[in-house]
Amino acid sequence: MPSFVIDEKCDGCKGGDKTACMYICPNDLMVLDPNAMKAYNQEPDQCWECFSCVKICPTQAIEVRGYADFVPLGSSVMPMLGTEDVMWTCKFRNGLIKRFKFPIRTTAEGSANAYKEMKGKDIESGLLATQEADGYEIPRPKATV
Amino acid sequence: MALPNKPLGELKAVKDPEVDEREVDILIVGGGMAACGAAFEVKKWMDEGQSVLLVDKAAMERSGAVAQGLSAINTFIGENSPDDYVRMVRNDLMGIVREDLIFDLGCHVDDSVHLFEEWGLPIWKKSAEGKNLDGKKGQSMGTLKAGAQPVRTGKWQIMINGESYKRVVAEAAKLALGEDNILERVFIVELLLDANKPNQIAGAVGFSVRENKVFIIKCKSMVVACGGAVNIYQPRSMGEGKGRAWYPVWNSGSTYTMLMRVGAELSMMENRFTPARFKDGYGPVGAWFLLFKAKTLNGLGENFAASDAAKAELQKYAPYGTAAITPTCLRNHLMLFEMKEGRGPIIMDTVTALAELGKTLDKKELKHLESEAWEDFLDMTCGQANLWCATNTEPEKKNSEVMPTEPYLLGSHSGCCGLWVSGPDYDWVPDAYKIKADNGKVYNRMTTVNGLFTAGDGVGCSGHKFSSGSHAEGRIAAKQMVRYAKDHADFKPTPKLSKEELVDLVYKPVRTFLEHSKFSTAIDINPNYLKPNGMMYRLMKATHEYGGGTATYYLTTSKNLEIVMDLLATMREDCEKLAAGDLHELMRAWEIQHRIWTVEAHLRHIQFRKETRYPGFYYQADYPGQDDENWFCFVNSKYDPDSGKWDIFKKDYIKIIPD
Repeated sequence: MPSFVIDEKCDGCKGGDKTACMYICPNDLMVLDPNAMKAYNQEPDQCWECFSCVKICPTQAIEVRGYADFVPLGSSVMPMLGTEDVMWTCKFRNGLIKRFKFPIRTTAEGSANAYKEMKGKDIESGLLATQEADGYEIPRPKATV
Repeated sequence: MALPNKPLGELKAVKDPEVDEREVDILIVGGGMAACGAAFEVKKWMDEGQSVLLVDKAAMERSGAVAQGLSAINTFIGENSPDDYVRMVRNDLMGIVREDLIFDLGCHVDDSVHLFEEWGLPIWKKSAEGKNLDGKKGQSMGTLKAGAQPVRTGKWQIMINGESYKRVVAEAAKLALGEDNILERVFIVELLLDANKPNQIAGAVGFSVRENKVFIIKCKSMVVACGGAVNIYQPRSMGEGKGRAWYPVWNSGSTYTMLMRVGAELSMMENRFTPARFKDGYGPVGAWFLLFKAKTLNGLGENFAASDAAKAELQKYAPYGTAAITPTCLRNHLMLFEMKEGRGPIIMDTVTALAELGKTLDKKELKHLESEAWEDFLDMTCGQANLWCATNTEPEKKNSEVMPTEPYLLGSHSGCCGLWVSGPDYDWVPDAYKIKADNGKVYNRMTTVNGLFTAGDGVGCSGHKFSSGSHAEGRIAAKQMVRYAKDHADFKPTPKLSKEELVDLVYKPVRTFLEHSKFSTAIDINPNYLKPNGMMYRLMKATHEYGGGTATYYLTTSKNLEIVMDLLATMREDCEKLAAGDLHELMRAWEIQHRIWTVEAHLRHIQFRKETRYPGFYYQADYPGQDDENWFCFVNSKYDPDSGKWDIFKKDYIKIIPD
């Protein structure tokens, strides 16, 4: 389907400042039904299966059922996104389970240095600001035709 | 109790939206890698009094082509030279590329990769013993900037643990720009030319997909980086699987369409990309070829790519076909040849590859190798991992099929369609590659419209930028936009159209819907309008059958092109009657218009170029083979927004870097 929402687990993010899946979906698919306070995927055939909604859901209410056109039933792939790693549980149709853990980030969330105070000096040069600060010299082609 | 199966549209559209009018010096349209690069760089060059705004159709944390993550950075120059980078790109794209743009990118891309690592992107490293360390363990080796060795899977790629690649890059972009200067969930749909200064960008108009609000934003300079075009040809899966496009399904050709509609010159729009990927799941094959050394076999179990017949075929396309690395289109060409001759399907022999690698590895290393194979999918194509699970595919025990996909248009991967932009103002760059603005100055990455820039998939004739190069290119454009805005500080942007005219334009599909929707009892079937979904199927069918889609193994003919051009003209007429009942559908209504215009440009270019430059990507049956004598040149086109006429013409290719 694409992503689907488990009715029992979804609380519409009522305790949060935004509906997480609706906030994150790159294709504007996840919406909140304000009466039921449940989210749903409004256009499953436009779902990229990017798992952004699955990863962000605070109640683990979202999973993915493979595209009906070519994915047999019975498998599941589920991520658990931590601050440093992601844990994947991959369940085969035949019951086999594989688990993988991969790093996702080596620094604390929110700590990226945006060099906010950095000001470039020479607007006429081809240098980017951090290159200018590093004293980088832009190479020329070693030879030209 | 389960919820009823709801159709589109919780957020209903109304006839008269609110209007939010703004004016900034610099406008960034898009939120992907290139736009994030621009966001990171822009304020570092701005004066105190200058203002900037970024507008993204989605949420930057997961927007654009890297939303899902990536398992490699495909462009990192490192120990190589930008000169060799040019040679590689030139060969892969069959000789005709903008070497100034590619060389320039090669001078800046590593700086972006160094920043990614500093921000927290885990990058694999070589240990002192030459073993591969993942991004976490590899930290002990220091940073790339300090000289640590990345794990190369080919000359230009480096391996990463990239599940959160986009989140990390977006975080830095947002911090650099400031939340107040970002609008998310606003879809820019048309650019606005200035009423007083000819050929000068003056702003853009779009709408919120969250509330009934139209945004009219005036600016002095602008970069548009909204990715390539996907779902423009009938995909191989037509049910739910339509969403499992290889490139992000939300890339709707907006970059090309919005820029061409204000008269910006396009280049090489005939180029397309039809990647060979794992069948249906569209998982990446690069690591299987390069890291695991797997071979593809035809249905008879033969390693067809190494056969004498294949070598003879590649010889026809010398010097590209006989180069050390076979160009991407020709690898497809060989595969298609097998399939058409009845020797399909094409199989990736994962079993033999892993068995071979296993001979030299201990149990722990083998386990690690298996994990790397799965991570390749889980980092960037989770759906492919699920397909393996659902079909009980353990790659060490069962091989998988490979298949060339439906066509995509893009300028950052192994494709090079896009806008004709100015190169940098260096003495080694030919004058013909420099676009002079109204003040006589050259602004790197500016299009032929004054003040209008692009980056990433938007820049034509310079593929193989990938994620890192797109970021760097966004930064290059950002600095030049600031420079342009400073040089034009007195310019007062004045869009040609009035506020009312712009609202009419943007909300037209809503008004059409509201006027007629009560006529029939089925909301989607009404003779007075067409829903975007229906138009999407019409476009896909036309391109599939006539425009060199998978239906014909990418083959088209002059007559077929004539027919499809007629169909496209009718589609554009019918787009006047597109209807949208809610904000999501309004987004789809605009996306399908962007797709139709982009496809028209693509097919006009194919029609004009009377040769088959990219066998494996498409074939023009009336003009098979390459014709260097007449067609070793760029093809550029320009739509005139005043007259509505297209002009299409040759542009000289200039070789800069020797072989």
